[in-house]
Order: sequence, then structure tokens, then C-alpha cells
Amino acid sequence: MAIKIIAAGFRLCWAMLMIAALVLPAAAVQPDEILPDPRLESRARALSAQLRCLVCRNETIDDSNAPLARDLRLIVREHLQAGDTDQQILDFMVARYGTYILLKPPFWSSAVFLWLLPLIILLLAALYLFYAARAAKKRAQPATAKALPALTAAEEARLADILAGSDERQPPAGKK
Amino acid sequence: MIIECGHFLLILALAVSLYQAVVPLIGWFCGDIIAMRSARFTAIMVFALVALSYAALTYAYVISDFSVMNVAQNSHSEKPLFFKITGVWGNHEGSMLLWVLILTFFSALVAVFGKNLPLNLAALVLVCQSFIAGAFLAFILFTSNPFARLLPPALQGRDLNPVLQDVGLALHPPMLYLGYVGFSVCFSFAIAALLCGRVDAAFGRWVRPWALLSWFCLTWGITAGSYWAYYELGWGGYWFWDPVENASLMPWLSGTALLHSALVLEKRSALKIWTVLLAIITFSFSLLGTFLVRSGILTSVHSFATDPARGLAILAILGFFIGCALLLFAFRAPAIKNSGLFRPVSRESALILNNLFLMAAAATVLAGTLYPLLVESLTGEKISVGAPFFNLTIGALFLPLLLIVPFGPLLGWKRGDIAAAAERLWLAFAAAIAAFALTLYLDHGKAVLAAAGIGLAFWAIFGALTDLISKSGGWKTPLSARARRLKNLPAAFWGTAFAHMGLGVSLFGIIAVAGFEQEYIGNLAPGQAVDLAGNKVVFDGYKSENRDNFQENRLYFTIKHQGKILGQVTASRRFFPSQNAQTTETGLFNRGFSQYYIAPGDYNKDGSAVLHIWWKPNVLCIWLGGLLMMTGAVLSLADRRRQRGAPAGKKVKPAAGANLPERVAREA
Repeated sequence: MAIKIIAAGFRLCWAMLMIAALVLPAAAVQPDEILPDPRLESRARALSAQLRCLVCRNETIDDSNAPLARDLRLIVREHLQAGDTDQQILDFMVARYGTYILLKPPFWSSAVFLWLLPLIILLLAALYLFYAARAAKKRAQPATAKALPALTAAEEARLADILAGSDERQPPAGKK
Repeated sequence: MIIECGHFLLILALAVSLYQAVVPLIGWFCGDIIAMRSARFTAIMVFALVALSYAALTYAYVISDFSVMNVAQNSHSEKPLFFKITGVWGNHEGSMLLWVLILTFFSALVAVFGKNLPLNLAALVLVCQSFIAGAFLAFILFTSNPFARLLPPALQGRDLNPVLQDVGLALHPPMLYLGYVGFSVCFSFAIAALLCGRVDAAFGRWVRPWALLSWFCLTWGITAGSYWAYYELGWGGYWFWDPVENASLMPWLSGTALLHSALVLEKRSALKIWTVLLAIITFSFSLLGTFLVRSGILTSVHSFATDPARGLAILAILGFFIGCALLLFAFRAPAIKNSGLFRPVSRESALILNNLFLMAAAATVLAGTLYPLLVESLTGEKISVGAPFFNLTIGALFLPLLLIVPFGPLLGWKRGDIAAAAERLWLAFAAAIAAFALTLYLDHGKAVLAAAGIGLAFWAIFGALTDLISKSGGWKTPLSARARRLKNLPAAFWGTAFAHMGLGVSLFGIIAVAGFEQEYIGNLAPGQAVDLAGNKVVFDGYKSENRDNFQENRLYFTIKHQGKILGQVTASRRFFPSQNAQTTETGLFNRGFSQYYIAPGDYNKDGSAVLHIWWKPNVLCIWLGGLLMMTGAVLSLADRRRQRGAPAGKKVKPAAGANLPERVAREA
């Protein structure tokens, strides 16, 4: 009985050792990193969500479990505790690692066309629609004007007759 | 032997699809009816050949034939049967074979169900399909053959990536591929229509069911994939703006635009050129998505099976099809004349606005995904474009879209009355204001933006309902008459309402989680508890056990409210010795549409565990919205079938529906 329990305990320990030894921590932000001040901490989380883990594929340092991400999270928190503003911390990170670290590229950078693209598309489309609508209107107007030339005097007289209800003439054969 | 048969059948499929690409095309040039007719039979044959070949590969997986390189690299004899079958498409070669299987499946569907199509159009559609099938079959056979043998055979397989050993693998990729590849039919229809020089309302009628079907599958694939990522990755996120996710979002956005513009073409013969272009663009996005995922050109969390060398081959295929399609479009489009005229305020215009914002969003996603590559190759500078960028820009583009969505169905064709539509939307407006005020009140006036977002979500939900309510009658209509009218409404109206409602419901979930989620990160020893969102989460303890092909460490939790037990939940960490890798199974505890989300971390020396626990309010609404959109697509499809194949006796129903607006107008 005792041997069984020891064996089971050993298996458990072995499994846990394996897990601990071979695998990086799964949860990203660790309890020991969290700042005592909840407002600083929530700023730290918001900042972390803007910074890219440089050694990961496409993860923020907030999500990543890489050791480098942890270092960066700690740096962010140190700076926050030292009283830096969010912008100062982002500037510090860019100075150290380049704009690559920012998941939202700054507006005035090589990404300016990227930022302007939706606006450009909407503006071009609006211009196109405006001109297309105007062209369609223009096309429609002369067509109706040509189709209905002004009536001649004879036609006017006949129209008056028809409206008065006294039209007894047959239409001319050629106009059938 | 079966493996060689599978290989041979695949080669045969390539040969037959080359026949199908060439002979009916020559038949079309020379007016040879028999040659054109042969396309239909060969399409079904190619599908049968690829299906048999696929079955052969599945067989190799099921019996764990490790003399096949693909099986040895991606399977394991101890893997459960279910994952042996789904594992076939959990790798590059198998997933490409699935891609072609689905492509030929759609060709066969066109061949079977397209009997009422003009012969030359049907033949050209199938020719175009078989060009694509031929290209990808050649790609598989020459660069990524799943039937390649391994000598000497391996004793044991290397196993499937543990993250992929999940039901999600059964639900996500096949549906995503059905969606991606389904749009090939729209693409082929566009090419065929351009070649025939005939784009009219009939084109809209033929294309729309295929677009609806593909859109349904794509929505399913994205929704399932998002939920899978949510519970499997253990980060609590459901959408990461990962390049691979973007690759599936682009065809979805432009497919949604296609659905709407095909409607205009079908009903009003307008937007012809644009609809054809959208059909081409949508499948181009699908091809691009395949390229991005399969080539691994963009580093991303999804790059499980990638090989840059193959990327060039797919890039060539991609360039060929998109280039030829756009070239053909450029030559033929000027000859297409739009006939349906409409006023600036009309349903047509509303749908144009919808298309505009959707395509601007698709273009932004495309640019954001490829921009870093472009900048790096031009200037050598490395930049990142991630979630904060996309949330901002796509959010800004979806805001006006969601504001105008309720107006669309309420505006008439040709000319609409925006004031009348706004008047009818009073209920939606009231609901939006009420939701906004209530959220602010409950949150003590802090989260103004989130409250506004929830107001917008209710605007979309009740706006979609307004259409149904106003179609069921006026102020004085008795309830029984309302119910009868609602029952008799064509299913397409319900489809519109459901799909638009789904949009609002998803937004509601997204905003609720973004604005009001609560989080706990800390160490808990067995027996300890934490207060979160009004309830107590008690960590009961953990237990370790050996399962099929992994060891599992289970953590047990109890959720309590004021001493009363609400329920129990288990989270676990799994260790896969075959891959020396570990996965996290998050513990999910539902409270209505909200969830407790428990992600277990490491163990400390004192026996406590690092735990990451979230309270995610109304998080399930995000995927419920996707489900509603899918329901909408099914209803629209069902309606179309009834319209087309309605027997004589049942024709009373549409007539009653047609009279409805008049009766409504009389009573109102």
C-alpha cells in the first residue's frame, strides 16, 4: 500500500518536474510583476498591449511568455513607478528598439500612407460617385430634350383640338 | 498499394482536369456542343478522382502507415482515431489536398445543379474551375506530394502539433476552405460572363446563391476559428489581427460586399461592372489568403506548416489568375452597360455605401497586412502593424456602416424616403438611447465610450427588427394578423433581419468584453478563493493523470455565490511527450452569455498555482452574432430555392407577400 502511494507520488512529482523543466510559463503576466498601485498597473497593461514582443511571431509583450517579453514588461513597470508618462515610456522603447516595437506605427513615419489609405479610398470613391452621378444626370437631360423637340404651330393647333375633344381627323398615313 | 493508387488517382485527376480545361474551351470557340457538354461529366469525374485519392491518404493516416512521409511527419500511432482523420488536413500537403478536393466538389456542384444555365456559360464556368484545379493539382504533385514514401519507414510518427489536437481542427479549416474556395465559383462565373460578353440580372441570380453558400461557410470558419483561438491559446483573446486571420477576413469583407451588390444586380440590373469586379477580387483575396498561410511569408502565430520555397509556386499561380482575370476585365468591362437608374437616396445607394465601407475596410486590412513587407523590402526599415492599428481604423470604418445598416432595408428601390425610414426607426433609436443610459447608470458614468458602443449595438439589433415589425403591419394590426404576415414573409426578409441583427449582437459582445471585463492574476493554493465579478472562484486542488497520448494535470474550481455553489469547472495543462510540448485547456464556466475564463499557469514551490482568471461579460454574444449571420444566409438560400422551384399550387404565398406593402400602406 505504502509503496503504491510512494510510486504514485513519485509519478506525480516526475510529471510536474517534466512540465516545469521543459516548458515556458503559460500565463504571460506573472503575479510577481503586478504593481501594488492598480492605476499604474492598468496603465502598464495598456502600454504592454501596444508593444510587440521582439522575438515572437505576432504577440504583444502582454500576451507573450518569452523571457524577453517579461523583461520588457518589468522595464515598463519600473518607468511607470519612476513617474514617467506613457509617451515617455513609448519614446524610450522606440529609442532602444526602433519603431518595430510599436504595434501601432506612428502617423508621421513611413506608415503615413497606410494611415491615410482609408481616407484616400473614401475620398476617391466619393469623388467618383459624385462625378458619375453628375454625368448620368447630364446624359439623361439632353436625351429627353432631343426626344421632345418643341411642337410646330400645326401640332400645337392639333393638340388644342385633341384636348378640346374635337379631333376627328385620322393621323397622316406617313406617321403611323 | 493503396497509397500508390491514391497517388495515381491524383495524377489522373490532373490529366482529366487538363482535358476539362482545354476541350470545352475549344468547343466554345468552334461552337461544338458535344465538346462543351463534356465539361459537366469531367467535372464530376475529377471530383470523384480527387475524393478517392483523399480517401487513400486518410486510410494511410488511420492505419498509421509510417512508410508515407506525410503520415510519419504528422501523425502518431497513439493519437485518437478522430485526430488521425482530422490530422490529414493539419499539415501543408494534406490541407492543400483538401483545398483541391473542395474546389472540385464545387465544380461538381455547378455541373449537377447548373442544368438550367446556358450551355456555353456552364462550359466556361467549368473550364475556369478546372484551370484553377489543374494549377493546384500540379502544385501538389510537383512541390508537395502527400503520397511521397519514406525509406526506410519510420517506427513512430512525429505526431500532430498538440495545439491542433482539438475539435476545432475538425470544424475550423474545412469550413474556412469551403468558404475560401466557394468563391471560386463566383470568380468563374465572372470570367465566363466576361468571355460571353453577357452580364445581366441573370448573372446576379446565378452568382448570389454561390456567394451566399460560400459566405455561410466562411462565416462559420471564422467564427469557429475565433472561438477555438479563444479557448485554446489561453490568452483570453478571440481575435489577434494576425496576418492569417486577416487573410480570412479580407474575403469575408469583400464577399459580404459581393452578396449585397449581386442583390442590386439581380433586382435592378445596376452595378454590373462592380459586381463582376467584386467576384474577381473576392476570390483573389481567397488565393492571397492561401498564399499567405501556405508560404509562411508573414511571420504569424499560425505558421504551423510552412515552407518558403513553395511560396513562389503559389505566388505564380496567384499572379497568373488575378492578372488574367483583371486583364480580361479591363478589356471587356467598358462594353458592359448599366441600365438601372436610381436616385441618390435609394436602396441602391445604401448598398453602394455598404460596399464602399466594406471594401475600404478590406483594403485597409490588406494594406496593414502587407505594408510591413513593402516597407522592409523598399527601405529596409522594419515596422509593425498590429492590433492597435486595426482596431482604430477598422473601428472607424465600421462605425458609419453600423449607423446606416438599419436604413438599408427600409429604403425603397430606385427612390427612397429617408425621413420615412428614420421615422420608422424610432424604436431602434429609443432602444439605443435606453441601452446607452442604462450602461452609464450601471457603470456610474465612467465608461462613456463603451456605453456608446453598446447603444450602437442595440441600434443595429433593433434596427434589424424594425424592418420585420413594420412589414408585419401598422399600429392597429392585431397580433394574430401580424404573426400570420410574419409567417408568410419571404424567408429572405428574415435572412436580412437575422444577418443584420447578428452584426449588432457581435458588436455587443465585443464592446462588453472590451469595456467591462475583469481580470485576476495571482497565486492560489488549493483551498484558497478569489472574488471576481460578484462571485467567489475557489481553487479546490489538482490531480495528474495519464491519457491516450498525453499527461494531464487537472485543476478543479468551484464557483460560489454567497456560499451557494453555482457550479464546478476544470482547467488543465496537457503535456505531449511525443512533441515535448504543452497545451493549456482553459476552464470555461458559463453564466448566461458571460463566462469565467480560467487559464492555469505554472506551479510554485509552495504548491500554489499561478492563475489567470477573467470575467468576460457577454462574451458568447460575439460568436452568437456569427451564428445569427449564418442563419440569415441559410434563410436567404432557402428562400431562393422556393422561388425557383415553386410548384404551381404554392404560388399563392409569394403573391400574398407581394401585396403586403400595399395593405400595410392602407392600414398605416
